Amino acid sequence: MRIPCPFCGPRDLSEFAYLGDAAPVRPAETSDATAVFDYVYLRANPAGPHRERWYHASGCRLWLTVTRDTRTHEVLFAEEAAP
Amino acid sequence: MSVGPYRLPTGGAIDRAQALSFRFDGTSLTGFAGDTLASALLANGHRVVGRSFKYHRPRGVLTAGPEEPNALVELRSGARREPNTKATTAELFDGLEAASQNRWPSLRFDIGAAARLAGSAASAGFYYKTFMWPAAFWEKVYEPAIRRAAGLGRASGVEDPDTYEKAFAFCDVLVIGGGPAGLIAALTAGRSGARVILCDEDFVLGGRLNAERTEIDGQPAAIWAAAIATELEALPNVRVMRRTAVVGVYDGGTYAALERVADHLLEPPFGQPRQRFWRIVAKTAVLATGAVERPIVFGGNDKPGVMMAGAVRTYLNRFSVAPGRRVAFFANNDDAWTTAADLRAAGVDLVAVIDSRAEVADHIRAKAGNARVELSAAVADAKGGYGLTSLQIATPKGRIALDADALAVSGGWNPQLGLATHLGGKPQWSERHAAFLLPADLPAGLTVAGAANGMMTTAEALADGAAKGATAADAAGFTAAPAPLPRASDESFAVAPLWQVAASRTKAFVDFQNDVTASDLALSVREGFTSVEHLKRYTTLGMATDQGRTSNVNGLAMLAALTGRGIAETGATRARPPERPVAFGALAGLHRGKHLKPTRLTPSHRWAASEGAVFIEAGPWLRAQWYPRPGEKTWLDSVSREAAAVRSAVGICDVSTLGKIALFGRDVGAFLDRVYCNTFSTLPVGKLRYGLMLREDGFVMDDGTTARLSENEWVMSTTTANAAKVMHHLELARQVLWPQLDVRLASVTEQWAQFAIAGPNARALLERLLGDVSDEVVPYLAARIFDLGGIPARLFRVSFSGERAYEIAVPAQYGDALAHELMWAGEGLGVTPYGTEALGVLRIEKGHVAGNELNGQTTARDLGLGKMMSAKKDYIGRVMAARPALIDPDRPMLAGFRAVDPTKRPRAGAHFLKIGAPETPENDEGYLTSVAFSPALNRWIGLGFIKRGPERVGERIRAYDRMQGGDLELEICAPVFVDPEGTRVHG
Amino acid sequence: MRFSFLSIAREALRGNRGWTPHWRDAEPKAAYDAVIIGGGGHGLATAYYLAKNHGLTNIAVLEKSWIGSGNVGRNTTIVRSNYLLPGNIPLYELSMKLWEGLERDLNYNAMVSQRGVLNLCHTDAQRDAFARRGNAMRLHGVEAELLDRKAVQRMCPFLDFDNARFPIQGGLLQRRGGTVRHDAVAWGYARGASDRGVDIVQNCAVTGIRIANGVVEGVETTRGFIAAKKVAMAVAGSTSQVASMAGLRLPIESHVLQAFVSEGLKPLIPGVITFGAGHFYISQSDKGGLVFGGDIDGYNSYAQRGNLHVVEDVAEEAMGLMPMTGRLRMLRSWGGIMDMSMDGSPIIDRTPIDGLFLNAGWCYGGFKAIPGSGLAYAHLIAKGEPHPAATALRLDRFRTGHLIDEKGQGAQANLH
Repeated sequence: MRIPCPFCGPRDLSEFAYLGDAAPVRPAETSDATAVFDYVYLRANPAGPHRERWYHASGCRLWLTVTRDTRTHEVLFAEEAAP
Repeated sequence: MSVGPYRLPTGGAIDRAQALSFRFDGTSLTGFAGDTLASALLANGHRVVGRSFKYHRPRGVLTAGPEEPNALVELRSGARREPNTKATTAELFDGLEAASQNRWPSLRFDIGAAARLAGSAASAGFYYKTFMWPAAFWEKVYEPAIRRAAGLGRASGVEDPDTYEKAFAFCDVLVIGGGPAGLIAALTAGRSGARVILCDEDFVLGGRLNAERTEIDGQPAAIWAAAIATELEALPNVRVMRRTAVVGVYDGGTYAALERVADHLLEPPFGQPRQRFWRIVAKTAVLATGAVERPIVFGGNDKPGVMMAGAVRTYLNRFSVAPGRRVAFFANNDDAWTTAADLRAAGVDLVAVIDSRAEVADHIRAKAGNARVELSAAVADAKGGYGLTSLQIATPKGRIALDADALAVSGGWNPQLGLATHLGGKPQWSERHAAFLLPADLPAGLTVAGAANGMMTTAEALADGAAKGATAADAAGFTAAPAPLPRASDESFAVAPLWQVAASRTKAFVDFQNDVTASDLALSVREGFTSVEHLKRYTTLGMATDQGRTSNVNGLAMLAALTGRGIAETGATRARPPERPVAFGALAGLHRGKHLKPTRLTPSHRWAASEGAVFIEAGPWLRAQWYPRPGEKTWLDSVSREAAAVRSAVGICDVSTLGKIALFGRDVGAFLDRVYCNTFSTLPVGKLRYGLMLREDGFVMDDGTTARLSENEWVMSTTTANAAKVMHHLELARQVLWPQLDVRLASVTEQWAQFAIAGPNARALLERLLGDVSDEVVPYLAARIFDLGGIPARLFRVSFSGERAYEIAVPAQYGDALAHELMWAGEGLGVTPYGTEALGVLRIEKGHVAGNELNGQTTARDLGLGKMMSAKKDYIGRVMAARPALIDPDRPMLAGFRAVDPTKRPRAGAHFLKIGAPETPENDEGYLTSVAFSPALNRWIGLGFIKRGPERVGERIRAYDRMQGGDLELEICAPVFVDPEGTRVHG
Repeated sequence: MRFSFLSIAREALRGNRGWTPHWRDAEPKAAYDAVIIGGGGHGLATAYYLAKNHGLTNIAVLEKSWIGSGNVGRNTTIVRSNYLLPGNIPLYELSMKLWEGLERDLNYNAMVSQRGVLNLCHTDAQRDAFARRGNAMRLHGVEAELLDRKAVQRMCPFLDFDNARFPIQGGLLQRRGGTVRHDAVAWGYARGASDRGVDIVQNCAVTGIRIANGVVEGVETTRGFIAAKKVAMAVAGSTSQVASMAGLRLPIESHVLQAFVSEGLKPLIPGVITFGAGHFYISQSDKGGLVFGGDIDGYNSYAQRGNLHVVEDVAEEAMGLMPMTGRLRMLRSWGGIMDMSMDGSPIIDRTPIDGLFLNAGWCYGGFKAIPGSGLAYAHLIAKGEPHPAATALRLDRFRTGHLIDEKGQGAQANLH
């Protein structure tokens, strides 16, 4: 698999570290335990396009949001996680 | 010197001027340059090459390529022995040694063949139904016997002396296969200017063109192929890789390929690897892997002497070897009749042509000349003890017997599409080809050309190759014109499916290597294994080293017939990488032995070595474990001396392996407040603080100190083990969670050499180097920058040992020099280098937690650090740390432990039971994490987690240890064994 | 027909014509007392124990493809119960005991081969952790031995003791551990369940779960609606997909785990060996192939295939551990889709929907757990309360914090 890093160009999978689903958003400070629990533990885990967090550990050290189809591994899009 | 009784007098692509001697099963034989082991064995009349897997039947050469199921040998000897090597792809070299396998005591007389006597009792899956009684017999009796009989070749059992390499390559167009379609595809793409890589697994380009007498542009096809190869090699943008098989297709246009650099040599030349494993990244690829001929299932079809018709042509035309003296052939298609013509042209006695079809066109029939022709007929049974001697032919008029010592068989051709299906595509059944063709969902960027695409004639293959080469180059951003097509033949390949001969009376093999017979398939269906995957798994069809290349389609077709479903509906099993078996050594490359993973050395490694350090692997690092001195008998002597020196004088220890992260920006304080559970924003410039970092799930992730060097510049230390993990975590927090904060991070672990200087004489030592480091200038927990002879030196007043201690950091290149300087400055002060063991002793004596306690399963409270969790701010892990199970007062908490008998040594990993309590999980109260011999207390001490530990100081408990003999009575104590008041740190 | 040496001999004389299907390929009925979604190892074992232990036979196993097509036929066939935490050990040990009597219980030889599982350690800290684990096992009545370097060398002289990057210090040995012929487990349980009246329905994909007022009513399938008072999921790999039909969101991600086999070889290595300075495990099958694997690929996937970085890692570790493998060849690789749970341990529990049950999150442990999981799940489905060996494997543990995190990696599925 190759990930088109927006800064480094397409690079081999082995340069990256994977975190998981990009959808969960860390609740603001005041939020309740249920919201934090959902954020930490629950995942949609879709079979299909998945927006997910990858870290270009052996490259530019940026966290990326990669849209990838979990059925085919086709990488549809890659962008900086927080532009 | 004999050229071999079956070698034809002239012709072929062998070099008769270059004779090569080799040995098979101890017999000396001769072949020629250009031979494979199989062709050389056949030339010498060696028809039996090995024994089959289950019935140990004698087997000969069936094919002339990598699809070979039978002719497997142990190639080479000693440490270079390679079991299961296909004789059909092993290039002959002078001095080659090979031995037959899976036979004992000899190929001719094999005891294992007694398995045949079990006959139909040893049918598919019989082992699932028996060997169940008595229970203990399975491991002791049945299984060892099965294991000895099974398996194929023998591994050398010793380290492989050869080396391997791995490499990356990048191209616009990858062409897989150098037959007619691949050659012209590569030429077309190459002429467009695209960067082309052409991989072919053979040692001569041309594929089937080398095996046929066909002509291209009026010249022998092999000559045409050689000319194209020359032109390709002259193009600077084209790389031709011979002896290189593409073995896998992976995501994103990544192809795995194996280059056999030195397999055709006695041993690799100096400095050369045996094989090279390539990862080729290609924008587009053309799959031109051709087709493989399939056998027909009839009785005795595994007899040595029965050979694929195409292979017979290869041996005749390329290797100049006759398959036998009296050759028959049996086919269901027009293409195979070329074999008849070639046999006649070579002067071999063609005894009969048997075709299952009722009609064959006259111009095809003419190829047989005057030979006997039987139409609407089939070989029912092949006979012969140790090789083919006669045939039983079923004809409309009845059974006919015929003497023959070789039989060429063709059931049609299967396009080789394995690589096209690695990413999940399903091949489609074509009635016209009586074969599976390419899947509808090809991998992105991949096109299929030539026979692999069902273009079965030379002319079709060339046209398709040129077109696909252009398509691929265009898709990669070039403008390509298909190469002009040469004149080539357009032979008929008409085929009428024939999978199995119904009239057979003897064992008819579908999968030769795994000994799967037609009756096994029938039995399997009778027992309900009717899906193709069930059939495969129950009978082991297609699971041998040839991956079913000669058996799968026949098996599927027979399954379809047995179940009354069509072949298309029955479907095919999925091809899995690798397409060719690949040596572990090649996949590992240089990553073996000491080079399995990179080794990281500390900046003072050379100094430590000069001090006689014993080194220990700590993750990727090599660290000084202790420094033996003359007269010390055990490691414990050394470690105790080092630890005692720190408590009485001064010790120095390289702690550069701790992770170091530089943080810059206006908001670093606020940022640290969120990633540490305690507060950092209040930390003044010039000070440092111990911090505890939680994961978002509320458990402890890591600890360390962070210093504020100036208003906006901070430096964090992490544990050695978690350096990279913390860096990822902080970058996530900075970039994703709180991008609005002004924070920048850099890992500086490798930029700074850092030493601990610990002990009552630490200050005196440092003053010789830095001048005044008194408590007024460097108070406890201060961080100061000094000038050390023009070098910036960071001085941190921290202590892991409980003694007055400092850590000094200098740019890494000065680390080794600094170690020497520290030793010089410590002269007369009792300076002592100490290693990781003494470091551990000192921290255990002080009750400081480290890796054994920070095991990812413990909370801040468990570690006795619950008070560090700020109630005034939000931070990572705050909310989840409040879950009921994490604040349960019954959780095991950190405590100190010492054996009641001070001479006894407890062992880490022991569990805690109340004294006298039954040994049950319910009574398990915790476990001992760290143990050390304390020179300060002159006894073994430990840290561990025990239920309500802090409340139970003074209580005696049992250390339950069935692993290491540390089952003893312990006393719970406070985790701080030395200087509980904490005065020495200021001493 | 009862399987025995005698029946084989008798059938051999009759040309093997008397054999019949090992299980009935049933047509689905309109309604059952319970349906199990998923005809893999866990689903089939559950059906078997529901019928055998609880007399529940009006049940069906619904399999979207052919039985055993998922992870039960895509693993490295290892069985062991050498776990650390009290939440896990009882279930895996229950499973181990059931493996030990499986062929006679099922009258089906799944070739349970107890030739030992040896986990190597390479550092003091690892040895301490193994001691902790071994002692935990012993407290649970599970045998375990801690071997020193010499003992490991006696057992496996072919390991690299001279030039290893991470020298072997010793190992934790469970002699009862070993391997099992994986496909036969599915077939054996299917036969056992079918013989007791369970309907095994292949090519029947569940497309919906019908729920009314918080109570399950049955499942929509590609072969029509099937009513059932109890619906039990056993679809590891696809759990999130099936659970979402009931509106459930779970602490699970799907990840691909590759496995590999070499060409067939004469006996070369004993038992199962795992490398402690990486992630690599290897054994040799009865057919002679070296069966081995490593880490998951690391990214969410439903593709049943992986990428090269893991292939290379695994080969490197093979060479690092056993330099004699250099000239041996990898023959085939495959991929299975794991339910990676957020603490690395499984879930056998009720769901918030009445009558809907969950068996999921098996991570690496699915195959070895099959008998125990089936027995405990059947107990839960039949009695409505957890089996004593599975009391910790609850869905709400993530909320309460009663995690079973063997590796101490926290809430990141791909690190377990």
